[in-house]
Amino acid sequence: MQPRIKQFPQLAAAALKDEQIQNNLLGLYNGFHQARIAASEATPNWDELSDRGRAIKAHTIDNLDYYLEMVERTVTAAGGKVFFAKDSDEATQYVIEVAKARGVKLAIKGKSMVSEEMGLNHRLEEAGIEPVETDLGEYIIQLADETPFHIIAPAIHKSKEQVSDLFQEKLGTPPMTEISDLAAEARRQLRKKFIEADMGITGANFVVAETGTVALVTNEGNGRMSTSMPKLHIAITGMEKVLPSIEDLGIMLRLLIRSATGQRISSYVTTVTGPRKSDDEDGPEEFHLVLVDNGRSKLLADPALRESLYCIRCGACLNACPVYRKVGGHAYGWVYPGPIGAIVSPMLTGLSDGKDLPYASSLCGACKEACPVKINIPRMLLYMRHQLAEGDNYPEHKTAPLGEAITFKLWRLSLSNSLSLKIFSGLARLLQKPFAKDGRINKLPPPLSAWTNLRTFPALASRPFRKRWKS
Amino acid sequence: MTQSKPPVQASLFVTCIIDQFYPDVGESMVRVLERLGVKLDFPQAQTCCGQPAYNAGFWSDAKPLARRVLDQFQHSEYVVVPSGSCASMIRVFYPELFHEEPESLQKATSLAKRTFELSEFIVDVLGVTDLRHLSGDVAASESKKITYHEACHLRRELGATTQSRALIRSLPGIELVEMDQAEVCCGFGGTFSVKYPDISGAMLQDKLDRIKATGASSVVACDCSCLMQIGGGLEKGGSNVRSVHLAELLDDAIGKTVRPDSRLG
Ligand code: SF4
Repeated sequence: MQPRIKQFPQLAAAALKDEQIQNNLLGLYNGFHQARIAASEATPNWDELSDRGRAIKAHTIDNLDYYLEMVERTVTAAGGKVFFAKDSDEATQYVIEVAKARGVKLAIKGKSMVSEEMGLNHRLEEAGIEPVETDLGEYIIQLADETPFHIIAPAIHKSKEQVSDLFQEKLGTPPMTEISDLAAEARRQLRKKFIEADMGITGANFVVAETGTVALVTNEGNGRMSTSMPKLHIAITGMEKVLPSIEDLGIMLRLLIRSATGQRISSYVTTVTGPRKSDDEDGPEEFHLVLVDNGRSKLLADPALRESLYCIRCGACLNACPVYRKVGGHAYGWVYPGPIGAIVSPMLTGLSDGKDLPYASSLCGACKEACPVKINIPRMLLYMRHQLAEGDNYPEHKTAPLGEAITFKLWRLSLSNSLSLKIFSGLARLLQKPFAKDGRINKLPPPLSAWTNLRTFPALASRPFRKRWKS
Repeated sequence: MTQSKPPVQASLFVTCIIDQFYPDVGESMVRVLERLGVKLDFPQAQTCCGQPAYNAGFWSDAKPLARRVLDQFQHSEYVVVPSGSCASMIRVFYPELFHEEPESLQKATSLAKRTFELSEFIVDVLGVTDLRHLSGDVAASESKKITYHEACHLRRELGATTQSRALIRSLPGIELVEMDQAEVCCGFGGTFSVKYPDISGAMLQDKLDRIKATGASSVVACDCSCLMQIGGGLEKGGSNVRSVHLAELLDDAIGKTVRPDSRLG
């Protein structure tokens, strides 16, 4: 997918003005966000579970080579094939080659964020293969030719009226007012595709190294259909999704599902270990697992950003984020929005291109509070800001405007001792005179006028606190 | 507190915002703490904790200011800060800022243990949760509704969610009406509100709507940076809801009484 992360400020501004998006975002706080809080509060020892989850991820990521090799061994032993893709192009080529060699015409897809990184649907179309998304949300945005708005609820920005209009336009259906009717229509459309498809493509929420098992979490059963009906199944996921053991999977599933939707368990948890065995009743004849790097080794190599690979893509930080709840997912301009997206998207597509994202946060910490594996997102955002401003680790991405650097030098000078503070604040008291009235400044000149359009600014007090103290 | 115990000694770090923009809040804090028997000092050389530059990524500009704070408060028994955010800077972010500089790190770790935000200091250090004994009788008819905004860093960096509410609830004549989403950011975020004034403004608008929905006459918070944003928004919209720092609310409740030996001039 072509990143548009350079355009964050413009996309965010447009989203703020889009009434429909603003309306549809309103439900997140009382919906997913509160559901997660209720689910975690109802889980005994949630905090301990969280710590265990974090420890599992930390251990696996610290020993990723070892576990990736194990995955290759176990998946191969189960009769599947493993392909390590260094970037999304390699991954796409592999998928298309396999599909072409089997004469695939129609591919059904389960939800996969990594396939969004690859822009796989368009690439498949170019290769003459029809991809059909089978997750309801993904199906909707595929019809609308959009990208996911949210990690776990890709079409959450669309109201049922908008979906009805979309179905009318693309499928020729009559207008519908009930969500259940819309879902039934999608089911009817998809049923045909499930039967006809010659390939299933899915993501993987987790890959268990000791057994070579891929685990998928869905609420619609489409994951199970996609992994069992076609003759060929390819699972594509990020290389960080590996877990050592089945026991670890149990812990991570509890954390993921509760944090994602507030459910104790999703309607379906599908596990796939290689292709069908001779005594299996169903399943594909051929199974491939594509593990994608696509910039993740950069995160692995940087100790300050490594913990971003602990992410299990539950979406809780998006729901908790007051910025995401205002600008929505498309503003972030790439696959991963919200707080975790503000780290991952720039790092995977180019830090300086994504330079606006780390600053698009008030650092309120709501993401950190929500994260089931306790990822310290604000700390990483601060680190990225530092790298953009003056750090040594990504010198080619240093992009802070000179004006900003000078402002902070002056600011530092003004506060470097009490005499300096006295001089600078005295000067500022003079400068504020034309603007201040009754201790308030109603209007500041640009660029600060954007601030005072919505708020007054306090004037500097005539007698600072330090003068009110008897030494 | 029993009178027999030696008085608690504490140093004030008033923060640059309060020193320069909201000195009345600083005075309120002094009156309240002195009434609670605390012996205060105010290191005159203090300026700013360095947080604006730290948050903007200019750590080389933040560090010299941070080092000054480390030195100025090196020998303080306690440091009281009337801001969850600046207290977090000292307690949480200094150790991170200096994690590769052993000498400063050592000072930072030591200072972190002695630094408290105002409500934490009153409740956790002084052990005071009830200010009723200091406030006069209030007629029931004078009861005032206030609402409380939970400052982000106080909650999520310092983990202090109960102290300020306990103090507010202890005040006679004050009714705390919780607003919806009290723990959600007001949109200030320092440079965030300058870089993204409209996103910040949209967050602010939600906050203002929820404040107004409570019918409270004041909104109280433990951080003047939130109050700058919230108060500025209220004023711009012509609202008569007042934005008040916790120190001012407590000070009002105890009748703004000044101890004869006060250090306020
Ligand atoms: S960073 Fe944490 S909260 Fe956000 S999606 Fe990843 S695991 Fe979930």
